[in-house]
Amino acid sequence: MGRYIVRRVIGLIPVLIGISLLIFSFLRLIPGDPAVVMLGERATPAAVARLRTSLGLDKPLWINVQKGANPFDAQYPLFMGRLLRGDLGESLVRKTAVATELRQRFPATLELTIAALGIAVLLGVTIGIVAATKRGSWFDAGGILLALVGVSIPIFWLGQMGQLLFGVNLHLLPVSLRLTPRLSRGFQSATGLYLIDGFIRGKPEVVRDALWHLILPACVLATVPLAIIARMTRSAMLEVLNQDYVRTARAKGLRSTIVVLRHALRNALLPVITVIGLQLGGLLAGAVLTETIFSWPGIGTWIVNGIQGRDYPVVQAGVMYIALAFVLVNLVVDVLYAVFDPRISYS
Amino acid sequence: MATITAPTPAPTPVEQDLKRPARSLWGDAWRRLLSSVTGRIGLGLSLFLILLALLIPYLLPYTPGTDNNPADRLRAPSAQHWFGTDEQGRDVFTRVLHGSRLSITVGIFSAGLAVIVGSVLGLVAGFLGGWFDVIATWIFDIMLAFPSLLLAIAIVAILGPSLINTMMAVAIVEIPVFGRIARSAVLSTRNYEYVTAATATGVTRSRTLFRHILPNSLSPMMVQATLSIATSITSAAALGFLGLGAPPPAPEWGKMLAVARDQVILGKWWVSFFPGMGIMLMVLGFNLLGDGLRDALDPRLKK
Repeated sequence: MGRYIVRRVIGLIPVLIGISLLIFSFLRLIPGDPAVVMLGERATPAAVARLRTSLGLDKPLWINVQKGANPFDAQYPLFMGRLLRGDLGESLVRKTAVATELRQRFPATLELTIAALGIAVLLGVTIGIVAATKRGSWFDAGGILLALVGVSIPIFWLGQMGQLLFGVNLHLLPVSLRLTPRLSRGFQSATGLYLIDGFIRGKPEVVRDALWHLILPACVLATVPLAIIARMTRSAMLEVLNQDYVRTARAKGLRSTIVVLRHALRNALLPVITVIGLQLGGLLAGAVLTETIFSWPGIGTWIVNGIQGRDYPVVQAGVMYIALAFVLVNLVVDVLYAVFDPRISYS
Repeated sequence: MATITAPTPAPTPVEQDLKRPARSLWGDAWRRLLSSVTGRIGLGLSLFLILLALLIPYLLPYTPGTDNNPADRLRAPSAQHWFGTDEQGRDVFTRVLHGSRLSITVGIFSAGLAVIVGSVLGLVAGFLGGWFDVIATWIFDIMLAFPSLLLAIAIVAILGPSLINTMMAVAIVEIPVFGRIARSAVLSTRNYEYVTAATATGVTRSRTLFRHILPNSLSPMMVQATLSIATSITSAAALGFLGLGAPPPAPEWGKMLAVARDQVILGKWWVSFFPGMGIMLMVLGFNLLGDGLRDALDPRLKK
């Protein structure tokens, strides 16, 4: 087991190097001089030269081959050195450290994606099980239709329709932000996850308000993975329910719930876990769209604002961070899969 | 006196099969596609929307730049404006229908480009092996380490927002998907006897690759390409929504939804509802078609 994990981690190294190369190239691929692009066309040559030096753009790209120079005094090695120390540069617009902003914004995205994943898994697996056990019923037909439409819905549109229905017409749910401004003023966050903070600080009104704000964005973000998980659970369950051991269990006179949940579901869950793992990338990308609709102050809105304001270090850091999160989560899913399926050998 | 006629024995399944007229692989797949409900709806919906996109300039001519009519701003749907008007007084019905042209173009172009580049890279990588294979696989792995929409966002952020760059970005992020399919098809067929036989009879390497190996990967390719059109349409609309797509006044669905954000909160639902329905129907059509094709081309599901 330990060796399997080590092998998987070593296998990640080339991919991580590749990600770093891609992210490093990001600034250098922008047509024209990045310093001019960042400062705008009307910048003075002196300011451009200063920015070039501070970005290290005057240095060689990969290795410094000048006599007497440190070979690592080049753009990529310096970039990697800063990266490993957690230095992601400065926001061009706000002049604050990108790493600090990232830390502030990350919990919002985490709270949103975890909530969405929870909804998608719970509802998706339940709908899948019920549809499979009542094959051919109205519920099954409805579930199939829902799954088909669910994967085709653009979530940035679904979000607007949700705002319209639940916010504007029914006045049930708030349409933006994480907390009502009255509450967020003067509220000291401990973890950045407001649901947990509310408990720590002993403020039930914050927990309620945060939950109220979370429902709509989380449901919207959950739509596509929910549809895919429901569909996968249904077909995996159908396959398992036809197996001999399920018939044996029924013949023994076991209650139907026990047969379905204990005998069938356990075996049907393996392909479902794989599918859940595959949905995480979509969730992270979907968070960018969902956050934009609901003005959710997470990494997604941060990246989008960065693009609109040409704040390249922000975009660079945000994209890299999400890619890293995706890679690591996939690693965890792979390991979990090996843990859950005794048939997979680790050697 | 009744005559006894011996009942003619019912034909066995094998005999029935032998009597059946010969069908090609594709003819058979086509028949099975049409026999499934999903396949029929998907094919019908996709073809209808493609036809609509092709014909709409003749049915309902439109010049996006000069359509403004400030006096008619934000009118609710009526007999005159079926889908209402937007914040500049433009007819939403006309713009949604014309938007289908942009979406279909992006979908088909991006998926097509990704299929061609991805399959050539994957085929060559799998066939040649060696360092080319190592590097190609490495690049595919890196690209797949990014959520695809995010990578597309980053690419457009570099290239600058435009329709062409949207198509390029959406195509680029789909390349590794096809690369992997093609590569694995080569790896699984290159040691088959008919490939060895082709090589032994002096068939050139490129002919072996494209005439003997490529056709084996065609069915997973076709399914993925169809689903890819759907993904490309969603991604392109998402880029447009984030302000990274075709510049105004192009009637791009994603952009229309972005502009509609402020109106929706004021209860002007039609500005957002109809372009969104457009995206959904088109994506649904190609998704259903892809699902139907998958079932039709899967020999294990043959009846």
